[in-house]
Amino acid sequence: MTEKTKSSDRTSRHPSRRDFMRTLVMVSGFVGASLMGLVPVVKGWVKRLRPPGALLEKDFLASCIKCGQCVQVCPVEAIKVADLVDGVGIGVPYIDPRQQACDFSCDGLQCVLACPTGALTHHINYPHAARMAVARIEHPDGCLARRGLGFKGQARGATFEGKLRYEEIDRWTPIPIRDHPYDLEVCDLCVRQCPIEIRIAQCEAGAPPAGDPNQCPPEPAIRLVETGEVDGRKTFTPEILSGCVGCGVCEMICPVEPAVIVMDEAGRGVLS
Amino acid sequence: MKALIESLAVMLGREPRRPAPEDISAPAQKIHEFKAATRDRDLSLHLKEERKKRASAPQTWRRRRWAVLIFVNLLFVFSYRLDIQLLEGALTGSRFVGFHMADLNAALQVMLAFKTLLINLLIGIITVFTLWWMLGGRTFCSWVCPYHLLSELADKLHLKLAEKKLVRNHTFDRRGRTWLWLIFAVLAFGTGYTVYETISPTGILSRALIYGPSLALVWVLALLVFEVVYSRRAWCRYGCPIGLTYGLVGIISPLQVKHTLDKCFFDGACRQVCLVPHVLNCTVKGRGRKVTATTGADCTRCGRCIDVCPTGALSFTFKGMGKSK
Repeated sequence: MTEKTKSSDRTSRHPSRRDFMRTLVMVSGFVGASLMGLVPVVKGWVKRLRPPGALLEKDFLASCIKCGQCVQVCPVEAIKVADLVDGVGIGVPYIDPRQQACDFSCDGLQCVLACPTGALTHHINYPHAARMAVARIEHPDGCLARRGLGFKGQARGATFEGKLRYEEIDRWTPIPIRDHPYDLEVCDLCVRQCPIEIRIAQCEAGAPPAGDPNQCPPEPAIRLVETGEVDGRKTFTPEILSGCVGCGVCEMICPVEPAVIVMDEAGRGVLS
Repeated sequence: MKALIESLAVMLGREPRRPAPEDISAPAQKIHEFKAATRDRDLSLHLKEERKKRASAPQTWRRRRWAVLIFVNLLFVFSYRLDIQLLEGALTGSRFVGFHMADLNAALQVMLAFKTLLINLLIGIITVFTLWWMLGGRTFCSWVCPYHLLSELADKLHLKLAEKKLVRNHTFDRRGRTWLWLIFAVLAFGTGYTVYETISPTGILSRALIYGPSLALVWVLALLVFEVVYSRRAWCRYGCPIGLTYGLVGIISPLQVKHTLDKCFFDGACRQVCLVPHVLNCTVKGRGRKVTATTGADCTRCGRCIDVCPTGALSFTFKGMGKSK
């Protein structure tokens, strides 16, 4: 073993000019490769939805240590770790709300508590204080309520894996949306499943989450507004209100393709 | 103090030197003189016999080390996948049974980029600093870093191919790593982004193990191929800023590899298996300054030299514990 290595190991000799030039190339190569990762960060290619409590995008990218502890604690596994092609810093967490939104079913903002660097700031304590994005009505024509239609069945089909916590079923365990079919006269899924609206309703009923009145959101996030009548059916349109935190549940639950509501202004962040 | 500065300078890239005669202690000089006088055929015959007996060097420390390395990384994986929650997070930042740990290089990058220090991060830094100061600093590299294990396997392949004259090793100037460390520090501060993490094979591998494979593994593979066909252990030797960060932590560590001059035959078996042979300057004939010396800060305490030394001149030592000179 030892004899074999003799010929190829020459690290102990003095560095030559050739070594030096070679080293210059290597150092430039490594630095160049690392700067490639900066291109999407600078350009902000794809604005990704960040976990609740995320600082403004620039501060968030600076402070994230890329450990994924937020990923590990999320009960609905909404948070993913970005890869090279995800247009943002490698190893940085993001949420793809159409696939799995943050439904705040942990109540206590577990990802914020898990974050070791404050990239998800500890300054927020309640879901309604998060500012992940703002919901925006992107494809109004697809909306069932605007056509006065109801919805019956599995909101996202039989194969969709996204989960929600339905408190009336199990307070502690989120279940797949496909296991919770709906039968609605007028489709109001975006309002019905909005985590902020659910909390407001609980507070109005005198039963705030965890018995803590601080959990009560100060402002509503979304409502259905009556717009008129079509073929004798009342029509409605969803309206996004100032209490929207951009969690993405409305985008996830929307049963039409493409989703009527999308998350906008992702990365608007919480001020540090 | 002189030894400390020497150890730091060598880690930063200066080539180890032959010590000036006045730097060699009197007892060490005596041993050198004795060994020079007895440099006869008996000695070399004896050495040949020893080598024959140890045609395959023991793998004791390597086995222990690989076991620890795999165990730690699996603990990360199982803590998440099997939800045993002992060691949550990844190598860049984690919690061990709830206690914060932060990789020192990643934490440094975040602090430079974010320019704010948070209490959790500070706790993590202090914990990890204390741990690796106790255990030798770059011990992190050879006992925990998953890239180190892959690189060792790539090295085996390199040696096989080199034996068949299919590849040749190319060396770099070790100062390259110091430049890279400085450049990445400046980049983090200047851009406000942890630029180094994009190419950190430690972070990429750790996350890939825990959260599933990623495309970034292509970069790690490219590094390994580079090491096989062009330059042995290139990343760990000449590139990795994490190694330098931990090297600085371990510079005054109590855990060291000890060299005993009178047992040494200057055979060089240790330097041939060493990732950082410049720390074994004392094993070069005539260069030992003291009867017992410790390897420098850049030493990863991997124990390969202890495994291969035919005469037991190298051993682990923990200063302040047991007998020490």
